[in-house]
Amino acid sequence: MNEHNRPHTSTEGTSMKTREASGPSKMTARSLWENLKDQSASELIIENLIRLSGISVIVVVTLIFFFLLREGSAAFLDIPLRQLFGSRWYPIEGLFGLWPLMVGSFWVTIGAVVIAVPLGLTTAIYLGEIAPLWQREILKPFIEVLAGIPSIVLGFLGWVALAPIIQNLGAPSGLTAFTGSFILAYMSLPTIISITEDALYAVPKEYRDGSLALGATQWQTIWRVVLPAARSGIVMAIMLGIGRAIGETMAVMLVTGNAANIPEFGFGALFQPIRTMTATIAAEMGEVAQGSLHYNVLFGIGIVLFVVTSGINLLATRLVGGRGKRRPGGRL
Amino acid sequence: MSNPKPKLSIQNLFFTYGDETEALRNINLDIMENELFILFGPSRSGKSTLLRLMNRLSDLSEGGQRQGKILFNGSGIFSRKVDVINLRRRISMVFAIPTPLPGTIYDNLTYGLKMAGMRDKATLDERVARSLQQAALWDEVKDRLHTSAFALSGGQKQRLCLARSLALEPEVILLDNPTSGLDPISTTIVEQSLHELKQQYTIIMVPHSVQQAARVADKAAFLLDGQVIEVGRQKDLFVNPKDQRTEDYVTGRFG
Ligand SMILES: Nc1ncnc2c1ncn2[C@@H]1O[C@H](COP(=O)(O)OP(=O)(O)OP(=O)(O)O)[C@@H](O)[C@H]1O
Ligand SMILES: [Mg+2]
Repeated sequence: MNEHNRPHTSTEGTSMKTREASGPSKMTARSLWENLKDQSASELIIENLIRLSGISVIVVVTLIFFFLLREGSAAFLDIPLRQLFGSRWYPIEGLFGLWPLMVGSFWVTIGAVVIAVPLGLTTAIYLGEIAPLWQREILKPFIEVLAGIPSIVLGFLGWVALAPIIQNLGAPSGLTAFTGSFILAYMSLPTIISITEDALYAVPKEYRDGSLALGATQWQTIWRVVLPAARSGIVMAIMLGIGRAIGETMAVMLVTGNAANIPEFGFGALFQPIRTMTATIAAEMGEVAQGSLHYNVLFGIGIVLFVVTSGINLLATRLVGGRGKRRPGGRL
Repeated sequence: MSNPKPKLSIQNLFFTYGDETEALRNINLDIMENELFILFGPSRSGKSTLLRLMNRLSDLSEGGQRQGKILFNGSGIFSRKVDVINLRRRISMVFAIPTPLPGTIYDNLTYGLKMAGMRDKATLDERVARSLQQAALWDEVKDRLHTSAFALSGGQKQRLCLARSLALEPEVILLDNPTSGLDPISTTIVEQSLHELKQQYTIIMVPHSVQQAARVADKAAFLLDGQVIEVGRQKDLFVNPKDQRTEDYVTGRFG
């Protein structure tokens, strides 16, 4: 297309302008001015739209927070803290001990992390650093499919396929914290894998070449150079994976047995039925009278979840190195 | 007459990248010990490809196809028995774009040695000092060895990358345009240190310009489209080239 009859769209404004300044093209001063006007008007609109959407996020989050506080604060005000963090959750008898639910969520999440993080990282490293192209092309679609499976379907699979296996292994029931962890791990795997892989991909090729040329083995290169350089992305991947695990509800409700008891501390805890905070809210919300103490306590659980996830996010940003300090960090 | 054995001997070498680019076509070169050998030619003529093959970094490019031999001290480097890691410690490479590894200056200099299993602090320190001196960087960084290598200037990074190769005390150093992006003063410093380095090492270098090639070369090869057009000693090649194409390139009448 000839330069002179290009449409004067606003997006081209800048390039037209510079071309005018340097190139031989002869645009009249007038059309240049209109072009600029045009451009600044559309930029103003775009800028404000962006600002508006930014502000709307802040507004919505604040509203959610206040709503949670309004509905849930009664739980913390009306029930003695001693009882609220007690060990018995019997809403019918007026006992609202959150401790078993918190412990339940803790074990399921820890179990999921312990399974998903090593599996996810090694898969990503294999995909990004070691596997030849053809294997990558086969593996990738599978991971995408895994990401596309609705969580409830995974929960269902856990219930019909995984639970019997676990029971056969000697657990009192197949519906245990571990069953939940396993399902959650597979749910968060695609997130962990793909974000870690992106992080590895972003590590400059020159780092690898440089390391290999100095006589480092491929493993030394991955361990000492690539992983440290990709550290912030990897932390992000893990945190997002965990975030998904903590928040997940339905699949977990299906497979963890939903018993609000406190398992004894230790490895065995993973193989006992537990109940998570999220599952409790989902299971009981439909049956409580709005405004009752039980109702308030369920919202109180919501507050606890909110605080915990925010804490994890905060920790993640800390580990990554904080705002404005993100650069290829790490050390040898 | 008795010819000494070449340090590196490239014989009938062909290389094709995975995307069918024929980067090298029938290369034959002999490089002697303690020689400063220059590989020059226009962009995309295959200089970097040849250097990367010499310490087997080409193993990285997927789908690449290779024919022919490179002999190092008389034995083939592509043979299955060769320990690639060890080879890369003996034939060390410095890249055109100087990229320090994440970490301090000291970390960068000791990386190769540590990966080779060296832990002795005194030896490490001594190698660090010596290699920095050889690369003409010691005076500038001796007081900040434990600060980030990213904070160095472009020219300092380039000499850092040279130094970290020297720290391994290799036999051959492959230099891909070690003075790209250097100011004239730094360039002079590096060229002078090259002069001293070749007493101890065999150096194969892709120069920044024909002028630089003529300044530093003992011997040089002119590459064009993946082929060696002409090989010769410095005064023959740059003063009386035999091939018309070499003459055109050397005198700047190329293309
Ligand atoms: N990784 C690669 N994959 C495919 N083709 C490549 C790759 N690296 C280089 N080539 C091609 O091989 C040919 C030789 O490239 P090479 O980098 O060796 O040239 P060069 O002489 O070093 O050039 P320059 O002076 O620009 O550095 C070019 O045609 C280039 O496009
Ligand atoms: Mg090159």
